[in-house]
Amino acid sequence: MSEPVEDTNKSKSVEDAKASAALPALGFKGMLRWAWTQLTSMRTALFLLLLLAVAAVPGSLFPQRPANPAVVTQYIKDHPDYGQILDALQLYDVYSSAWFSAIYLLLFISLIGCVTPRAIAHYKAMRSQPPRTPKRLSRLPEYGTLVVPADAGIPASRAITDAAALLKKRGYRVEVRDVDGERPSLGAERGFMKEVGNLVFHTSLIGVLVSVAIGGLFGYSGQRILVEGDTFVNTLVGYDQFSPGTNFQSSWLQPYSIQLDKFDVKFDRESPAHFGQPIDFTAQVTTKENPGAPAEKKVLKVNDPVTLGGTSIYLTGNGYAPVVTVRDGNGNIALQGPVVAKLQGDNYYSSVVIKVPDAKPEQLGFAGFFLPTAFVTEQGVSFSGDPELINPQLSLNSYYGDLGLDKGTPQNVFELDVKDLTQLNGRDLPAKGITLVPGKTYTLPDGKGSISFDGIKKYVGVDIHHNPGQVSALFFALLAVAGLVVSLYLNRRRVWVRTGTHEDGRTMVEYGLLARGEDHRLAGESAAIRELLQREWQLPTEPAASDTVASTTTKDR
Amino acid sequence: MFPINETMGQYSELFMLLAAGTYTVAFVAFAWDLAKSSKTLRAVDLKAAAAAKVPVAVGVSGSEQLPAAASAGGRTAGADMRYAAERRAPARVAVALTILGALIHGAGVITRAIGAGRVPWGNMYEFLTTGAFVAVVVFLLALIGRDLRFLGTFVIGLVVIMLVAASVAYWTPVGHLVPALQSYWLVIHVSIAVLSSALFTLTFAMSALQLVQSHRQKTLAAGGADKLGFMRLVPDALSLENLSYRINTVAFVGWTFTLMFGAIWAEKAWGRFWGWDTKEVWTFVIWVVYAGYLHARATRGWTGTRAAWLSIVGYLCVIFNFTIVNQFFNGLHSYSGLT
Ligand code: HEM
Repeated sequence: MSEPVEDTNKSKSVEDAKASAALPALGFKGMLRWAWTQLTSMRTALFLLLLLAVAAVPGSLFPQRPANPAVVTQYIKDHPDYGQILDALQLYDVYSSAWFSAIYLLLFISLIGCVTPRAIAHYKAMRSQPPRTPKRLSRLPEYGTLVVPADAGIPASRAITDAAALLKKRGYRVEVRDVDGERPSLGAERGFMKEVGNLVFHTSLIGVLVSVAIGGLFGYSGQRILVEGDTFVNTLVGYDQFSPGTNFQSSWLQPYSIQLDKFDVKFDRESPAHFGQPIDFTAQVTTKENPGAPAEKKVLKVNDPVTLGGTSIYLTGNGYAPVVTVRDGNGNIALQGPVVAKLQGDNYYSSVVIKVPDAKPEQLGFAGFFLPTAFVTEQGVSFSGDPELINPQLSLNSYYGDLGLDKGTPQNVFELDVKDLTQLNGRDLPAKGITLVPGKTYTLPDGKGSISFDGIKKYVGVDIHHNPGQVSALFFALLAVAGLVVSLYLNRRRVWVRTGTHEDGRTMVEYGLLARGEDHRLAGESAAIRELLQREWQLPTEPAASDTVASTTTKDR
Repeated sequence: MFPINETMGQYSELFMLLAAGTYTVAFVAFAWDLAKSSKTLRAVDLKAAAAAKVPVAVGVSGSEQLPAAASAGGRTAGADMRYAAERRAPARVAVALTILGALIHGAGVITRAIGAGRVPWGNMYEFLTTGAFVAVVVFLLALIGRDLRFLGTFVIGLVVIMLVAASVAYWTPVGHLVPALQSYWLVIHVSIAVLSSALFTLTFAMSALQLVQSHRQKTLAAGGADKLGFMRLVPDALSLENLSYRINTVAFVGWTFTLMFGAIWAEKAWGRFWGWDTKEVWTFVIWVVYAGYLHARATRGWTGTRAAWLSIVGYLCVIFNFTIVNQFFNGLHSYSGLT
């Protein structure tokens, strides 16, 4: 069973309970002290731990803002009855919520309050001598005796110094008492590292927490989509989306650049069950540490980020970007270039939105789909039959009018707001929808312009992260594990040996062992020490329990 | 990337079915052992009681009968869980069948690995079949030193459930890994997770038995009738608790590594080591619950039954994490292989 544990307030808690009944007499200081003992008790730690586990669960049940703000907005819209209430309870921001923070902060305060006194106590214990030799060693859980024959020439004093030397070699801290007296004895202790391990473990947890906090304060992250040929420069305007840490300053951004030269996807063509599933993504990039620095070729893959200027760049998404040319009603080119198609379904079935604010006299907009390998069912439903460009097709509806881009309200580039637009092409209109294959041009009705499908490029989505707390978090995590292992598998043990001379001249040796805490290998240690002593004095290593005085190992329970 | 070998994949599935069948027979033998031994033991008891009018200690091998066991009139197995002299034929058959099952099962795991040309833990079907294999191997290894055959019914029962679930609900043909999983961290992170889960499976069975045994010991101590005779083959509650604690400490260290390596991998793959993704949340919850369990063992009033409940809750979280979270919660870890 566990040892009488550090539940220091156990016996006190009754008094404390009485005291709390008489609160006014306790005074402010007394109350603080009472609260502190409560908070730093083992039972509170256990309660807070279990509470932390429970409190973490809602974050997996409801969408979380930091991971996906759009989904949260949608969720609130979809659940008008309780969506707002959940928001008020911070259930979309569980891990930064007041209640979750309160729990882990209390836990860590409790931890500090628990660890500090233990560390001090342990430091004292390490510097003090092993406890005095008990009167009756036979009452210890492991106990044994040895007899050295008189002609061996080993008096009691020599026996005790021999035993001390052996135990020292075995890693014990030994104190010999009364060497020249009638009954010399020694006290020995080992396993101080167990408690040290426990302290290191708990302290490292604080280290991990602080490192994570540093990351949140001084880190940043952002996203960017790069079409083949595009270059990203690490400045605020270079990002499509940017989330700075609380203390972030834009001057920290090192203006490195990364250009996407080529992007390749390999698809599974072997297994019928997984046919067409992507099995490899490889992006060839050219990077420059600074605008003036020499260019370097690098490869960016999933699970294999590129590090540059203190940040890491990850490959997180990809897709096709059809290249189009749009001419306006005046016959001028109003837009030319790749348009990022957003993945919607299987086999790179993607949606396309093209906004042409520069078109004159009227602005133009297109919305529809891109299919790498177009198939149309008998019902007229189109789908993509393969992820590769076997029969690429753009099918679009077109609109003209005011795109609403000048109002200053930010718009989603992947959505076309058709409120103030008039539809030109569409399934239900006489002009029907636009279907384009590469190299073809479609002329819009009513002389509004034209759209050409020039070709197809690929794009990748990259996430860029800077987290200054990362290395120290890893360091403390490793330290925590080391401490944990030491604390769980080292044992703290005490050994006492006492010697004396029998009337007939034989030297009598008795020894006893005691463990602090649970120790299922104490009996093994006892046997090992016995064997060492026997070998030292060249005693016959009798098979256990053959001699009446030997091996009376018992458990005193 | 190695080519897919469909034939090997089919062999593997056949092996899995054969293994499941063998385990089922082993399961029956283990159950029979519990039932039969309890009957013989009762007969022995009655005879002895008639002769001497004193209760007979069953687990004679236990040199250190603990007070709790003693108060139950010795009607539990030896506390040290060493092999006793008496022969239990059905138990021997059961262990032999388990070994046979494990050999076939191992062949199934290996052919699956060859068929897919990679480590056999890339989707839920593979986690389950490989995880069940590891659970059996851990159990068999534990049997070398200790007589844990009383656990057989529960461990092999769980293993059969895992194999059936794998084949029925999670079946996935051999295939390549999706790019997100193509990393050596898959080998490290998942193998440790599977091993820890196998250990948690053992301690779950032990904690459940501990609760039953503790209840039974209380009833017996109060002079109640022994309605759960088969529990005589099981050691007393305290020894169960101590052994499961030791296994849980190993599993907890394993789970700590799972968590850490998962974080390192997440950093490599997604650019952040921790993002409270659903799978991360549940890995964390499991870790905290078992940390609570370790604390409980050092908190007065929380050892014994309460600690056992925490160990059981921890395992339920492991199962929940594997089944419900993998399939129904959306997250970055969507690699169940199911569509
Ligand atoms: C951040 C939350 C905490 C976690 C995750 C945690 C985890 C653990 C773990 C895993 C152990 C077992 C390994 C070992 O013995 O070193 C342990 C032991 C221990 N913890 Fe904590 N702990 C936390 C907070 C606390 C707090 C707040 C206290 C004090 C009130 C505390 C006091 C102890 C003590 C005294 C032990 C040793 C128990 C023994 O002797 O067996 N811990 N903790």
